[in-house]
Amino acid sequence: MQHTIIALVENKPGVLNRVASLFRRRNFNIESLNVGRTENPLISRMTIVMDSDAQDARKVEAHLYKLVNVIDVQELTSQPSVTRDLALIKVKASPEQRAEIANLASIFRGKIVDVAPDSVIVEVTGTEDKIESLLELLKPVGVLEMVRSGQVAMIRGDALGVRHTPGANGNKAIQTIQQMANP
Amino acid sequence: MKKSGAQILWESILLEGVEVVFGYPGGSNMPIYDAMLNYPVRHVLVRHEQGAAHMADGYARASGKVGVALATSGPGATNLVTGISTAMMDSSPIVCITGQVHAHLIGGDAFQEVDVTGITLPITKHNYLITSAEEIAETVHEAFYIARSGRPGPVLIDICKNAQLEQIDVESSDELSPHKMALPGFKPPKHAPQADLQRAAELIAQAERPVILAGQGVLISDAVEELEMYANKTDTPVAKTLLGLGSFPASHPLSLGMMGMHGEAYCNNAIQQADLLLAFGMRFDDRVTGNLRTYAPRARKIHIEIDASEIHKNVTVDVALAGDLKTVLADLLPLVGEQNHYAWMCQIDEWRDESQLRDIQAWEEDGKLHVPHVVRLICQSTHGQAILTTDVGQNQMWSAQYFQVDQPRQFITSGGSGTMGFGLPSAIGAWFAHPQREIWTIVGDGGFQMTQAELSTAIQEGANVKIAIMNNNFLGMVRQWQEFFFERRYSAVELHNPDFVKLAEAHGIPARCVSEPGEVQQAIDFARQTPGPVLLEFKVEKEEGVYPMVPTGAALDAMIRRPIRQAAMQSVSQTVDSL
Repeated sequence: MQHTIIALVENKPGVLNRVASLFRRRNFNIESLNVGRTENPLISRMTIVMDSDAQDARKVEAHLYKLVNVIDVQELTSQPSVTRDLALIKVKASPEQRAEIANLASIFRGKIVDVAPDSVIVEVTGTEDKIESLLELLKPVGVLEMVRSGQVAMIRGDALGVRHTPGANGNKAIQTIQQMANP
Repeated sequence: MKKSGAQILWESILLEGVEVVFGYPGGSNMPIYDAMLNYPVRHVLVRHEQGAAHMADGYARASGKVGVALATSGPGATNLVTGISTAMMDSSPIVCITGQVHAHLIGGDAFQEVDVTGITLPITKHNYLITSAEEIAETVHEAFYIARSGRPGPVLIDICKNAQLEQIDVESSDELSPHKMALPGFKPPKHAPQADLQRAAELIAQAERPVILAGQGVLISDAVEELEMYANKTDTPVAKTLLGLGSFPASHPLSLGMMGMHGEAYCNNAIQQADLLLAFGMRFDDRVTGNLRTYAPRARKIHIEIDASEIHKNVTVDVALAGDLKTVLADLLPLVGEQNHYAWMCQIDEWRDESQLRDIQAWEEDGKLHVPHVVRLICQSTHGQAILTTDVGQNQMWSAQYFQVDQPRQFITSGGSGTMGFGLPSAIGAWFAHPQREIWTIVGDGGFQMTQAELSTAIQEGANVKIAIMNNNFLGMVRQWQEFFFERRYSAVELHNPDFVKLAEAHGIPARCVSEPGEVQQAIDFARQTPGPVLLEFKVEKEEGVYPMVPTGAALDAMIRRPIRQAAMQSVSQTVDSL
């Protein structure tokens, strides 16, 4: 089953390498890994999606905590959350086909963001399922290229992610991101 | 005032209380070596950087302080790798400082350039690449703090040569002291949550056949006293991991000795029959559990461990207490009542008596030299006061079984990594931690030759270490496996060795060779009376096996046992008859 893990890490060189190395070293498989800035310039946020059993997901959580540059780890899998993936799909399109493709895309709230003489680029955002559905429909037309951002996720409202790891955060109460970065 | 990066490095290191460093100079760390001459630090020139890492490790394990190893870039740095990995597997706090080529040359395959932070990423607790002098002080303090805090481990600092040379303004030496550490992601837990402690106390109150599994965490967290208080209060026997030897006195009536692949049979039986396991600062390594599916099937489990990634990793436990062992035990003690497990201890004593029958020490004198006898005599002759380091293999297991370890940090060995060649350099490191104490190392003929170059270091530094080589002209443990599991097809295990006595003497080290049981005591006395390093070679029984042995993948109590000797049987029947 898919597990979504959010890791807040120090915004320093080499941290992504440490996280990636951990997955390789412990033989865990990543489905997708997304890294980006947060509202705090000292902190980056990783969204890690892995296909594994719950036991492995907890091991990943604990091993992530062990990295000196990792500040916080939460699992969102069973929490009410918004997850989004962005895809750019380049589709073979003669001038006559453009309208059909635009229609298809609009059903998925996607849009055409580039038009070339014999291809177009479709941009679509949404859950993984939604993107997969559009992709299936576009395949018969002729998909030339695709790139995806990997999933990003955020908990709805003021619910909290689950921190399974015992002793996480020094067994202390959970803090805000600002406090975490400036202990 | 202007100071160079190299000067700042030494001043920061000295602020961390370092007195001795082990290292080897080269092109990329020459500014560090030049600056060193002006600072009060003892430098030990090793003969191979692996030796430096093991010495720093031995020093750290014997003293409880952080050990320091220096090396240059490229091959100097890669030679440290085995030592770093050894320290990582055994949670030993060392800081390795390597030179690196100029920052502007990085990535260009410059002379002696190697990506050492990349290479050591999976075998360090953390590592750093420094490209400018202003990063040095803060990084050094972080590195020492990380190395010794939480679950200790090795930290590597790779310093570009330009950063060593760079001169920067330092207003006062106060600027170099550790005051601005920013480690938002490094928060080792101390206390465990109260609810979990209560739950643990409930399980403890219900237990009838409890066993404590004491690991190296007891030593690291300085919880020896708390462990003894707990064991005495709850009348709970204590089994020890290889690295946990010394966490609880071997001579204590509640001590069960070592557990695991070559653990005492009665100890493994007790674990398998227990209804509660209390894992204190240990990690359920495959060498201590045997087959996980059949491991302690009737036991509930409480795990106190500072490294949360070890909890539920190999063995799923009922109560996980993530925290500092000393603190957690102190919190737990008032919650448990006094207990008495008389029936359980009687059962264990029955197993213990049966084990003693099979013990090689129950054999009649057969004119051959057996390693257990030599180990016992070294232990007795040193009145159990010596610090013992070992190499890896049969020599290590016999040392663990027959050296009575009553004190913490007295027994130093490469456990998780099983690094051959660890014995001699770690003994030299231990001597620097405790120059007044007697230091012995028991090594095999194979492992000794992996780092024998450090004999030169020992004599140059006047390190008072006594080296006992158990020479069976075999890679003994591999030979034993080939005997048991490969139909005695001996493949690449026979060693044609140099004359170890001449080898030692060529280094200026006094030496003796012993092949008769009657000469052992005399040789040990000679070594003890001769100041400085001494080498003793014991020509021991060639095809002896270490017993008991749990074959890989077998249940912990499915042990290959030492056959009961006729002589021993006779002495037993005589004893029985005379009753």
